[in-house]
Amino acid sequence: MSKYTEDDLKKELETKEYEYGFYTDIEADKFPVGLNEDIVRAISKKKNEPEWMTEWRLEAFRVWESMTEPEWANVNYPKPDFQGISYYSAPKQKPQLESLDQVDPELLKTFEKLGISIDEQKRLSNVAVDIVMDSVSVATTFKKTLGEKGIIFCPISEAIQEHPELVKKYIGSVVPTTDNYYAALNSAVFSDGSFCYIPKGVKCPMELSTYFRINEGGTGQFERTLVVADKGSYVSYLEGCTAPARDENQLHAAVVELIALDDAEIKYSTVQNWFPGDKDGKGGVFNFVTKRGLCETNAKISWTQVETGSAVTWKYPSCILKGNNSVGEFYSIAVTNNFQQADTGTKMIHLGKNTKSTIISKGISAGKSQNSYRGLVHVGSRAENARNFSQCDSLLMGNECGAHTFPYIEAKNKTAQIEHEATTSKIGEDQLFYCNQRGIDTDKAIALIVNGFSKEVLNKLPMEFAVEAQKLLEISLEGSVG
Amino acid sequence: MLEINNLHAKIEDKDILKGINLNVKAGEVHAIMGPNGSGKSTLASVIAGREDYEVSEGNILLNNEDLEDLAPEERAHKGVFLSFQYPVEIPGVTVTNFIKTAINESRKANGHEELPAKEMLQKIREKAELLDIDRKFLSRSLNEGFSGGEKKRNEIFQMAMLEPKLSILDETDSGLDIDALKVVANGVNKLKSQDNAVVLITHYQRLLEYIVPDYVHVLHDGKIVKSGGKELALELEAKGYDWLK
Repeated sequence: MSKYTEDDLKKELETKEYEYGFYTDIEADKFPVGLNEDIVRAISKKKNEPEWMTEWRLEAFRVWESMTEPEWANVNYPKPDFQGISYYSAPKQKPQLESLDQVDPELLKTFEKLGISIDEQKRLSNVAVDIVMDSVSVATTFKKTLGEKGIIFCPISEAIQEHPELVKKYIGSVVPTTDNYYAALNSAVFSDGSFCYIPKGVKCPMELSTYFRINEGGTGQFERTLVVADKGSYVSYLEGCTAPARDENQLHAAVVELIALDDAEIKYSTVQNWFPGDKDGKGGVFNFVTKRGLCETNAKISWTQVETGSAVTWKYPSCILKGNNSVGEFYSIAVTNNFQQADTGTKMIHLGKNTKSTIISKGISAGKSQNSYRGLVHVGSRAENARNFSQCDSLLMGNECGAHTFPYIEAKNKTAQIEHEATTSKIGEDQLFYCNQRGIDTDKAIALIVNGFSKEVLNKLPMEFAVEAQKLLEISLEGSVG
Repeated sequence: MLEINNLHAKIEDKDILKGINLNVKAGEVHAIMGPNGSGKSTLASVIAGREDYEVSEGNILLNNEDLEDLAPEERAHKGVFLSFQYPVEIPGVTVTNFIKTAINESRKANGHEELPAKEMLQKIREKAELLDIDRKFLSRSLNEGFSGGEKKRNEIFQMAMLEPKLSILDETDSGLDIDALKVVANGVNKLKSQDNAVVLITHYQRLLEYIVPDYVHVLHDGKIVKSGGKELALELEAKGYDWLK
């Protein structure tokens, strides 16, 4: 990736509106709006799924029907009309990906605008990309290289066909269909997503990457991601999101499940930039995501997220530290501006002995936004010598935004050591004047201060992602003071 | 270099500066002394362009250009530097990263390319040596956990890096022990030249033993009530400020 210069940033700052707010004109194959058992069956049929999968979806649907939308989060929004959404949308043209020529040129143009030209990716970077356009994966690269190591990285719909034994064994094993309202909904109607399996003892030679995009107006997006790292393996997985600007609210309810078997390690990094709504709080994506990982003995799962987008975010990437000596980490930067609302954090569930978890959460609020950290540290009765360290820092800009911290601690074992630190600070006039006096204008000064504040988390991201994340932070907060 | 004419400034309807006249030429060092509340720090802030203050009358010229409509960063780009009495902390931003950003922003504003990394490093090394600054210091977060002496030394380091035309040192001696004071004064002396000017704002004569001014002005109730040579500082030290009221 070429170096990102300050001039590039300046150019970007000139366009204050959401920069990825374009819309790709691809014919879509769309279901009628509404949700019932027939629709669930139709989705499953469309995907040519085996019966066990159809049944699994139907079971989830029945559970979902009996549930109500959760209200405990510190967010306010008009409840989506779940019967007013179309639950399936796929690009009509379904290219066989032997070469890029077979991909819809419109789609390629979109990728170019996003700066993720597959061609470039193939030649220049070491990143394999499984691109999700609307709901169906249309491009998978690097498959061969991965195949040689026995790594499976493909759309989950393909995995259901070709590796049913793996999918059947692990899907819903960390996030059961009954887990929560949105997870149940996702289980019933998920259209596609990614599947990744790293065999025993294999260290994945490249960062695996998925780009999600919501495209078709009024279509809910329900992605399902399943990553299984077999014993002693390692994988670093990147997930990045952009979405076109839209007036109506778009619902996004994804489920991500990670399984790290004995001695395995999974690093999962997200840069989330869904459309946050405009300056008056109109539009924007509702992002209700369930992300959870399971660690067996000596395993490690690291979640790193940079959340700058969405009108409403409800997201708690969590770790179940089931195996002895397992490690869970959560590093998060959540930025809210204008009328955005975020309720995000993590759950660290210590079940095994000598389990360790670290939580570093950086919340940045500007405009009239509300930014909440919500985290649970649970130490089970058998989790001897469990240790947790949590640090929650909030940075405020202006007088109209809010930062909230809701830490929950449940310790059922006396040997547990749990530390929680929290700070709240404000970008002050004094800091800005100091920077100004040194020749640094206010927008640049904010970027500098915010990057400094977020550094511990940015440092956890893979290089190419860190640059993108830094860019996003600066763009998201541009013009938010003064 | 700096010409201040009949400057009146107020904050929230409270008049602080009530007609300041000052003329500083290149190559000169001026000391502005005065009791607490006389308007010394306000003067420094107003020259630097702090927006909390309203200039109600008079003007400030830098090399014959009126500064009135210029934002603080634009004044900085033109060579105004203020060494703060209380430098702020910016967690997570290293001294090196901060100064690099500051230099490049000024260069860009003046139509120059960014300073290549190699030259930047060389310059940092050179100035750090000049001011006897440990290189480890440069990778610490700006002013975070710095002692009083370190903060002031860091201000002088930035002054050395930015090479301003006009440096205003606001109470640079406050909170320093004698050794730290000597280091800071020594740095300022090394940076003095025929092309730049220094305005020292201080309550005590102590600093002036190490940075010898060409002129001393006494500020009282928003006005300069007496000006003279360096001897005036000694007189003030002996008699206090009361005899000038």
